Amino acid sequence: MKKRWYDYLWIVELTYLALGFFNILFAWLGLLFFFIPLIISAVRGTKGYCNHYCGRGQVFGLLGGRFGLSRKKDIPKWMRSKWFRYGFLIFFFIMFFQMLWNTYLVFAGVQDLRQAVTLLWTFKLPWHWAYHGTLLHPGVAQFAFGFYSVMLTSTVLGLVTMVLFKPRSWCVYCPMGTMTQLICKARSGKG
Amino acid sequence: MGTRKKRRAVVDAGACVACGCCAKVCPVSAIEVWRGIRAVVNGEMCVGCGRCERECPASVIELQEVQP
Repeated sequence: MKKRWYDYLWIVELTYLALGFFNILFAWLGLLFFFIPLIISAVRGTKGYCNHYCGRGQVFGLLGGRFGLSRKKDIPKWMRSKWFRYGFLIFFFIMFFQMLWNTYLVFAGVQDLRQAVTLLWTFKLPWHWAYHGTLLHPGVAQFAFGFYSVMLTSTVLGLVTMVLFKPRSWCVYCPMGTMTQLICKARSGKG
Repeated sequence: MGTRKKRRAVVDAGACVACGCCAKVCPVSAIEVWRGIRAVVNGEMCVGCGRCERECPASVIELQEVQP
């Protein structure tokens, strides 16, 4: 099958993760991975992002497929149920807003900047080498640490389910995928 | 020599997550994601190769024999 330009977006995903390792402020770029899918689904009423442009899905597809790092077993039924998918979306939202709250506290001067990346909402990884101080408010960096934590956590979860089940198992419970599908359903119901 | 019955892919529409992994691997472009909601198979075009069934991360596609 002929390769298109968007078949190489896995490079963007890997570059993003690498940049955040060296300078956490690059984590802000990850907002593109949030807004582009939402805009496509809201404006065009499609899951064009999932279907073509998701670099993360491509990374899982390559590692699990070409590199053979997946057992290629069926995902358990409960993981593809609406309960789990919507439940995970809500859980993700709560954690996201908690991250925003922590950012606000740093902006408000109530809390000091914590130079750590939180993996799986629990484990605090030291990440101080990726922040050297800037003219910007520490809150800007706090958001970057928080957002990078979200991205790294979802990558790790995706890698685990890639190994256990099919390569792109993450797509089944990806909060962005669930959200964009809901937007498409809502749009379709209207029109 | 026995004749093989024609098979085609069938999507469990209610459980489909519309990720589009199936459409990516279909050799004859017989499957597409409809309005970002679910995958839809064009029964006329589907050759029943089973690539979409193997690829689907939610395992909601299965091959069914077509009634003559």
